[in-house]
Amino acid sequence: MKNPLDSILGTIITGLVLTLVLVAVAKALI
Amino acid sequence: MENEWVPLIARWIHFLAGITWIGLLYYFNFVQAAAVATANADQGGPGAAGITKYVVPRALLWFRWAALATWIAGAALLGPRFMPAFTLQGSDAVIGIGAWLGTIMLLFVWGVIWPNQKKVLGLKPATDAEKATARRVAFLTSRVNTALSIPMLLFMGASAHGVALFG
Repeated sequence: MKNPLDSILGTIITGLVLTLVLVAVAKALI
Repeated sequence: MENEWVPLIARWIHFLAGITWIGLLYYFNFVQAAAVATANADQGGPGAAGITKYVVPRALLWFRWAALATWIAGAALLGPRFMPAFTLQGSDAVIGIGAWLGTIMLLFVWGVIWPNQKKVLGLKPATDAEKATARRVAFLTSRVNTALSIPMLLFMGASAHGVALFG
């Protein structure tokens, strides 16, 4: 499988997915 | 009066250094990596040696010191909220997650990217195979930092302007 971080688009999508996960974590914490 | 100046100056330095740091990170990832790959593949072209020799060392110098300055100014800006932020207490968890992401990114800059780039640039002895590995590790870590910067900047902004998300 190709590493998504090899492409700029894959890197940005990875960052956006991580954002969604962390927003959910933050909402659970506060 | 003095206490009112500290957060303003710290925030100003945090923005200036942060823009320098992340601006160079985006330059490396969105511009330079593709430019070097294209230059290396361009038969008969000038190649990437000029970028590697004249641009990369300067860009890395500003990059790694701006990263450190950003973190120090950020820590000063947090002031008494430093511990509640890093221990993710209550509403300080929002800036805390941003601060943790920025801290992880700083550690990747100084602990992974810079030591590997020193091998790539020949500032630290390395065989060709070691250089190739170092280049790949530095590249992927830089990409990880680019991905981390996306939530990091949202959480930094959301600490003061996050009503839509966090109430």
